[in-house]
Amino acid sequence: MARVIVDVMLKPEILDPQGQAIARALPRLGFSGVTGVRQGKRFELELDGPADEAALSDVRKMAETLLANTVIEDFSIRVED
Amino acid sequence: MSAARVGVVTFPGTLDDQDAARAVRLAGALAVPLWHADHDLKGVDAVFLPGGFSYGDYLRCGAISRFAPLMGELIPAARAGLPVLGTCNGFQILCEAHLLPGALTRNEGLHYICRDQRLRVETAATAWTTEFAAGQEIVLPIKHGEGRYVADAATLEELEREGRVVFRYLGNPNGSLNDIAGITNESGTVVGLMPHPEHAVEDLTGAPSVDGRGLFTSILKRLVNA
Repeated sequence: MARVIVDVMLKPEILDPQGQAIARALPRLGFSGVTGVRQGKRFELELDGPADEAALSDVRKMAETLLANTVIEDFSIRVED
Repeated sequence: MSAARVGVVTFPGTLDDQDAARAVRLAGALAVPLWHADHDLKGVDAVFLPGGFSYGDYLRCGAISRFAPLMGELIPAARAGLPVLGTCNGFQILCEAHLLPGALTRNEGLHYICRDQRLRVETAATAWTTEFAAGQEIVLPIKHGEGRYVADAATLEELEREGRVVFRYLGNPNGSLNDIAGITNESGTVVGLMPHPEHAVEDLTGAPSVDGRGLFTSILKRLVNA
């Protein structure tokens, strides 16, 4: 049993109006020092076996096929300890 | 001669399928209901993917719908030349299915926009726009929160160079790159646009125009002459 985390973020060149809105809200709430915010998605995948090379290769396919739209998003995969 | 048959797809969460079917019938074609869970295109001559919030817009707009059983039939058929029109959520589904390039993202101002929108028809050389004149200005309703068209610079350049931008906003409502409201594939058979032609076919409904009729008369003419 293993848990694999897939983080999906809009590509840097894609406008993220939600992140911008959050960045504008922070100073109004008294938080300072944040120069930018990008919002993304985190997926936690519970595997029924170990996170070996084959399993991670499958997760990569899942990310490319469904979890991320690679036209506008990048993803990264890591195994949670 | 039997009537041209235009399939209208319903996913869970589709909203505009009844208006879509009505627009198809008003143009003189037979509207054939297609169900997302079926593997059957029922021998239709063209397909209309209407708007709404299929699968609740979960994950990304159109991301789940794109893998519906019906899409397993529709995607290869569209690649083989079956004319397909996608409006709003239908446009998002066509992009997720890679039948059209690019993607639709959150509106620049974050607001859901519901208003009458002026557009310019940029090309009459698609299966769905032959009854318009290139350069013609029309008015159609828009209603979307995620309609900002984006694509990489090379794709945008290709769309412009090949005359595949079909509709352009006059007064960009959502931050779409190059003011793009609708595009077509390389063969001009698949067209996607954010505005709603199916809501602009009858004076009775208080529509801002009946300019939407042109898309349906275009496809009917093509099918009847085929």
